[in-house]
Amino acid sequence: MAKTSKGTIIAQRLLSSLPTVIGVVIVTFLLTRALPGDPAAFFAGPAATPEAIAEIRQTLGLDRSLPEQFFIYLGELARGDLGNSLTTGQTVVYDLTTRLPASLELTLAGLAFAIALALPLGILAALRAGSWIDHGVRILATAGVSLPTFFTGLFLLYVLYFRLGIAPPPTGRLDILYSAPNQVTGFYLIDSLLEGDLELFWASLTQLVLPAITLGLFALAPLARVTRAAMLGVLSSDFIRTARASGLPPLQVLFGYAFRNALLPVVTTFGVVFSFLLGANILVEKVFAWPGIGSYAVGAVVASDYAPVQGFVLAMALLYVVLNLLIDMLYVVIDPRAGVET
Amino acid sequence: MNAPTVSAPTRTEILSVEDLAVEFRTRSGIVRALERVSFRIRQGETLGIVGESGSGKSVTAFTVMGLLDRAGKVTTGQALFTTEAGKQVDLLTTPEKELRLLRGKELSMIFQNPRTALNPIRRVGKQIEDVLRCHSGLKGQALQERAIASLAQVRIPDPATRYAAYPYELSGGMCQRVMIALALACSPKLLIADEPTTGLDVTTQATVMNLIKDLAVQQNMAAVLITHDLALASEYCDRIIVMHAGHVVESASTHTLFTAPRHPYTARLIASTPEPHKTFADLLPIPGNLPDLRSATLPPCRFSGRCDRHTPECDQPPLPNTTVAPGHQVACWHPLE
Amino acid sequence: MNETLRHARYVMGENLVTFGAFIFFFAMVLFAIFGEAIAPYNPLASNSALALQPPSFAHWFGTDELGRDVLSRVIVATRLDLGIAVVAVALSFVLGSILGTCAAYFGGWCDRIISRLIDTLMAFPLFVLAMGLVAALGNTIENIIYATAIINLPLYTRVVRSEVLVQRQAGYVEAAHLVGNGHLRIMGNHIFPNVLPVTMVHISLNMGWAILNAAGLSFIGLGVRPPTAEWGIMVAEGATYIVSGEWWLALFPGTVLMLAVFCFNLLGDGLRDLIDPRMRT
Repeated sequence: MAKTSKGTIIAQRLLSSLPTVIGVVIVTFLLTRALPGDPAAFFAGPAATPEAIAEIRQTLGLDRSLPEQFFIYLGELARGDLGNSLTTGQTVVYDLTTRLPASLELTLAGLAFAIALALPLGILAALRAGSWIDHGVRILATAGVSLPTFFTGLFLLYVLYFRLGIAPPPTGRLDILYSAPNQVTGFYLIDSLLEGDLELFWASLTQLVLPAITLGLFALAPLARVTRAAMLGVLSSDFIRTARASGLPPLQVLFGYAFRNALLPVVTTFGVVFSFLLGANILVEKVFAWPGIGSYAVGAVVASDYAPVQGFVLAMALLYVVLNLLIDMLYVVIDPRAGVET
Repeated sequence: MNAPTVSAPTRTEILSVEDLAVEFRTRSGIVRALERVSFRIRQGETLGIVGESGSGKSVTAFTVMGLLDRAGKVTTGQALFTTEAGKQVDLLTTPEKELRLLRGKELSMIFQNPRTALNPIRRVGKQIEDVLRCHSGLKGQALQERAIASLAQVRIPDPATRYAAYPYELSGGMCQRVMIALALACSPKLLIADEPTTGLDVTTQATVMNLIKDLAVQQNMAAVLITHDLALASEYCDRIIVMHAGHVVESASTHTLFTAPRHPYTARLIASTPEPHKTFADLLPIPGNLPDLRSATLPPCRFSGRCDRHTPECDQPPLPNTTVAPGHQVACWHPLE
Repeated sequence: MNETLRHARYVMGENLVTFGAFIFFFAMVLFAIFGEAIAPYNPLASNSALALQPPSFAHWFGTDELGRDVLSRVIVATRLDLGIAVVAVALSFVLGSILGTCAAYFGGWCDRIISRLIDTLMAFPLFVLAMGLVAALGNTIENIIYATAIINLPLYTRVVRSEVLVQRQAGYVEAAHLVGNGHLRIMGNHIFPNVLPVTMVHISLNMGWAILNAAGLSFIGLGVRPPTAEWGIMVAEGATYIVSGEWWLALFPGTVLMLAVFCFNLLGDGLRDLIDPRMRT
């Protein structure tokens, strides 16, 4: 049997994502040059003098041909130069890197919430296919994907914060009474634990819960649906019958045999889920004043500050490529058949 | 490997199924899948269950194993199984919790299409270990050794290496051997083989069947072979029951069944089986199809619609089950002479 | 045909939810066409004396900070929200069908280039791409439409491509070839009609998503500008008042937006059951 080693497969996947990265860079380059009217005027800002605009046109290389401009753009990228933000006065790269952990913490928390809810629901729906639980999960999943995240967030805020007073106000990652933990990972939950500050951990956790739930509800639907479908398929397969005929304990059949196999198609939908999450992230950050890169980009959009928006789009695309790569690798690790010529 | 201990076979009865009836509730009505199914099997004996697809062979096996899906309901009957401890239990009324402990340990089953019958993402050795762990309480090194021994027992070359293989890395015949190893790992008293050679190459079919037969003899085990292939059954079975549309129409020793079939369906079935000296034109197809088992007006004899010996008497219930000779039963008003 | 109708009635009867979605869909179409006539007030007429009134008999959904009737604004906004989604989905459906059919039918380089293009679009989180596109192309409603169309393009191209790949193998295509039909004729008259049913399901599911995207973009301040009535921007405007207790400003447009999306998703589900029960997951 011809079988490629896992290392080789992973290397192949890494290589095959290279064209994607090039494509992403080309698209973001085209976006920077697609501005209507005079890009230099946009980059210079509304208050710039004609001289300043001309100077910017030259520094941006806008007087040269498009391919030339592209190579200049590549050079800038290589130096880690995405331009400056007019609103913060910092380089875009600085702004993005300082704000990225907040976004990642939120996205991962949302994903964790979605997984924690979607997998059991999907399994339950599959085990009781056709029952009211199944229909309930189906409608819940459809409703979940129909929720406008920004509206869900507002609604939860209104009920839980304004009406019931259970949730803290939407003031970002921490209440103003607290100061941020020393940055190690950039995740407040982890950093506060590293400092041994449980109060701070609790404070950041309570801030995180509502936005994470808002975000997770949106990702719930595709995960629950795929889990249900995958479990249904696996549960009626021959090897589950073998496992039952061998007298294996029901829990081992369900989790050790069925669920592990059902996990494979679930993992492949993580790509779509992340696309959902990263997009919805922008809206959630805006609603909860979460100081991540999404709200940064929204602020820049509103202020017609273009360099940060483009830097944001590029950063998100690269992040997404990396996440997809990780998903691919996870698949290679958990499926022994990966890389087999069929 | 244990030396085969062929002590004088004590011919105790292992399984006795009496008057079994099973219904399936489906959207389009109730399917009366099995009715009046009775058979017995003794230690060391190989029983064949033969019939067309849809005749209820597999349903019988699944019912005995307690693996019927939720739509299926046992309406009457019992299936008495003699356990290792010598106790008689009715498999149909044993609670699932206790039945589970018997499955894989005292009664085992192997299936068709071995490649899909094994967990695709678990090493085959581990799958055998799972069964051993849950029934024998072995652990660690001893567990692994037993698993490898099981693989060796089914004559898998280089079992220590194959232990770590995934099913996709093995051929269909190898997978079926693994299935047999899995089923026999705990030395069950009864093995049910449901079309074990379907989906295998013709050349591997004989190897697999010989293996099953040898191991059954070696372990003095009772075996049920479910097949649509009369020739296969005639070669490996001591006794055969013939099923048609959920009824057992005839049961006899293999020799009697082939030399003196009494039920018209059995005779037809034999006539439609290819043999070396027959040409294609000699083969007689059986006219008609299985009756619709959802119908509320099923005739007492479910073969009557296809039978050329059919008389009005046949439509009078109940259908007789005549013992025409010792160990030879026929469910027919007008058996062949 | 009779068979299909019976099946349709079965799906409808079996699933009251789908039926409800159908009713809601017709109501939306009515509002979109006759919005101005149905709305009880002028959606743009402000009246500071009536600012921030809670829901009452005169103003079912209350009034906003300028004293405009929220109900009227929600009704009138239907046309814009549905309009954006319909045009965007139509655009990406047409373009995607052409690209997908070409890629599958001609194969080779054509397929490789189109697939590469689609993969590149798919490499972006789609809402982020839409945001970047509108920000780059300029902050207008047309650009919201284009952006929404572009991010939906991969879906249609892929679906159509894989369907055409299957159809291309079918005997009737070969037959049409032998009779002397040209490529365009075969693609248009023979293959495409067979691909249509599957794409219809996606269109319905996709409509809801397109509405969500457009509303999301205007929520963050792209595309639609005040004082235009649009659900997303109404929620955004109402968001500021929610913490001071004026919940109706955001709640009603948000709920209607949610129901609209829910409706399309349910219709898509129903349609899927209708066209191909096996696709149901």
